[in-house]
Amino acid sequence: MDLFEYQARDLFEKHGVPVLAGAVATTADEAAAAAEKIGGKVVVKAQVKVGGRGKAGGVKLAESVEDAREKAGAILGMDIKGHIVGKVMIAQAAPIDSEYYLAILLDRSNRTFLVMASVAGGMDIEAVAHETPEKLIQVPVNTIDGLSKAQALKIIQDAAFPADIAEQVADTLVLLWGVFVSEDATLVEVNPLVKTTDGRIIALDGKVTLDDNADFRHPDHEALVDRSAANALEEEAKAKNLNYVKLDGEVGIIGNGAGLVMSTLDVVAYSGEKFGGVKPANFLDIGGGASAQVMADGLSIILGDKDVKSVFVNVFGGITSCDAVANGIVQALAILGDKANKPIVVRLDGNNVIEGRRILTEAAHPLVEQLDTMDGAAARAAELAAN
Amino acid sequence: MSIFIDKQTRVLVQGMTGSEGTKHTKKMLASGTNIVGGVTPGKGGMIVDIDGHLLPVFNTVKEAVAATQANTSVVFVPPKFAKAAVIDAIDAAMPLVVVITEGIPVHDTAAFFAYSQSKGHTRIIGPNCPGIITPGQSNVGIIPADITGSGPIGLVSKSGTLTYQMAYELRDIGISTAVGIGGDPIIGTTHIDCLRAFQDDPATEAIVMIGEIGGDAEERAADFIREYVTKPVVGYVAGFTAPEGKTMGHAGAIVSGSSGTAQGKKDALEAVGVRVGQTPSETARIMRAILKR
Repeated sequence: MDLFEYQARDLFEKHGVPVLAGAVATTADEAAAAAEKIGGKVVVKAQVKVGGRGKAGGVKLAESVEDAREKAGAILGMDIKGHIVGKVMIAQAAPIDSEYYLAILLDRSNRTFLVMASVAGGMDIEAVAHETPEKLIQVPVNTIDGLSKAQALKIIQDAAFPADIAEQVADTLVLLWGVFVSEDATLVEVNPLVKTTDGRIIALDGKVTLDDNADFRHPDHEALVDRSAANALEEEAKAKNLNYVKLDGEVGIIGNGAGLVMSTLDVVAYSGEKFGGVKPANFLDIGGGASAQVMADGLSIILGDKDVKSVFVNVFGGITSCDAVANGIVQALAILGDKANKPIVVRLDGNNVIEGRRILTEAAHPLVEQLDTMDGAAARAAELAAN
Repeated sequence: MSIFIDKQTRVLVQGMTGSEGTKHTKKMLASGTNIVGGVTPGKGGMIVDIDGHLLPVFNTVKEAVAATQANTSVVFVPPKFAKAAVIDAIDAAMPLVVVITEGIPVHDTAAFFAYSQSKGHTRIIGPNCPGIITPGQSNVGIIPADITGSGPIGLVSKSGTLTYQMAYELRDIGISTAVGIGGDPIIGTTHIDCLRAFQDDPATEAIVMIGEIGGDAEERAADFIREYVTKPVVGYVAGFTAPEGKTMGHAGAIVSGSSGTAQGKKDALEAVGVRVGQTPSETARIMRAILKR
C-alpha cells in the first residue's frame, strides 16, 4: 500500500522524524481552517500518488488564510496525470537553504534492504542515478543487525553531506530506519530532506510503501487504506476477497493462479489484434480453490463491468479438479440468473478434465461455449467481444 | 538424476497437523514421497495416522532430524509463524527448506533468508511457491503429481499454474525436475540457482524458464545463461499487456516505470540466444522442435 504524503508525514512524526506542521483538508474551508491553525505562510500541496504534481500546478505557496482557501479551491478537483485531487495538505512553509535525498528500500535483486543518500535532493532521483550516479550512494543494510548510528554517519559522510549537518542527518536516517522496520515498510523515501536557513533538518516530503502481508501485526494500518481512489469494481472485488485489477478492454477474464491469468491477458490481447484490437477487461485470479461461490462472485463483478462484451474463463486444474470448477460455473450461472447476459468461453484442462467438460456439455447453458485449448478459446472470446 | 530432490529425499512437514499440512501430506504420500514426520511446536510426541502412514510429530526440527534423519523440510505453517519455523529448520542445519506459505511479510522473509546465508548450509525454495517435483521420485509441496511423468526437461518458474500448464503441454516428453520458485519480492532460490543445477544435472537435456513482469531476475538469468549454460533454454514471460503500477497477483509482479517489463525480459533472453515463446503452447512447440519430438 502506497501512502499519501500527509500519511507519511504523520507516520514520520509518530517515530520522531523531524517534520513541519501539516494537516490534510478535503475542502477549501478546511484548508483555510488548517492554515489559520498553523499560522503564517503555508504551502498547499495536492495529495496524489503520482510524481510531477509541482510541474502540474499542484503545489502553491499561500501568503494568508484567504489565499490558502483560494489556492486549495483551485487545486482540489484538479486532474494530475489521471489522478483527481480529492485532498490537499496544508503545510507550514519553511525557508530552505539546501535540499537532500534519503531513502530506505527493499532491494529485490540483492534480496536485502538498501539505504540511498544523495546531496542532489529535490530532483528526480532516477535521473540522478542515471546521469550522475556518483552523487547517489547506495549501501546494503544487514537485515538482522539493522542500521547503527555509526553506519548511518559513515553513509552520510560518504555521500558528501556538509560536515556541520552530518550528525543531524545521520540521526534522521536512524529514525527513518525505525519507521522502515517497525511499520513493515518496503519503501521510506524523503525527497527533499531540507536544511532550513536557521539550520534545522526537516523531512519535507515523504513517500512510504507498506507491506500488506504484514497487516496482521499492524491493525492501525487499516485506517490508512484509501477507499475513495479505488475503482468501484476493484473495491467490490476487494470486499469479496478477490484478486481483481480493472483494465481498459472488452474481454472479461477469470483464471486460476497469477501467472496463468497474466498469460491469459497476453494471449487474449494477441488474439484481439485480429478482431479490431480487442483487449482484456480485467485481471482476476480466483486462486486454487475455485468454489461455486468464488466463481459466482468473480462472474458477478465481471458482468457488472459495462465495458465487458464477452468473458473468458481459463482454468488449469492443478490442485482443484476440473469437475469442481465446472460445477462451480454451472452453480454460479444459476445463482446469477438473468444477470448472466454475456457469452462465456470456457477452457478447462488438467486434473479430471474429461468429467469437467462433460458437466458443462450436459448443462448446455446457452451462454457457455467450450474450447479445448487456451489459444483457441482466447481467439473465440476476442471474436465474440468484437461482434 | 534430478535437481535438489530425488529418491533419497526424506521429508519433514512443518505444520503437518494443520488443515493445509494434512491435506498436502496426503497428496505427497500418494505421489510416492518419503515423508518421515512432522513438526508442530507443542504437539511433540503425537503419532498422526495419515492414510495408513503412522507419522511422528516433534516439537522442533532438531528433534525431528535426530529421530528421522530428514534432509528436507516443507513449510505449511501460517504467515505469522513462518519465520520462526524456517529459522528452526535452519538451526537444525536442514539442507533444503521448501516454504509453501503465502502472505509472509517481506521483512520476515528478508530476515530468514539473511539468516540462512549467514549459516551457509540451508537452501530455501520460496516462499509463496508451489514447491518442487522430480516425477516418480519425490514431490515436495503442492504440485499435482499426475500432470506429467519423468523425462529430460528441466522446468523453472515463478508461477504455480503456469508451471502446471507448461508441464502439461510437454507431458509426452516429461520433466526431470520442476521447480516453482515463487513470486514474492524476496525468494530463497532464483532462476539462476535452478539454471546452474539443471546445467550440471546429467538427466536434464533442455530447460524451460518461465518468468513474469517485475524485478530483474530474468535479465540476470540471461547474463548467467550467456556465461554458464550450454544446454538449450526456451523462455516464456507472462505480463506483456500488464499496465504500469498495478500489481498482478504476485507481490513482486509489477511494472514500475521502464523496469520490469515483459518486453525488456524477452529482449534480454533473446540477446543470449534463448528462444522465447509468445504463448505457453508456442513455448512448448519450440521445445518440441529443439528436442526433435
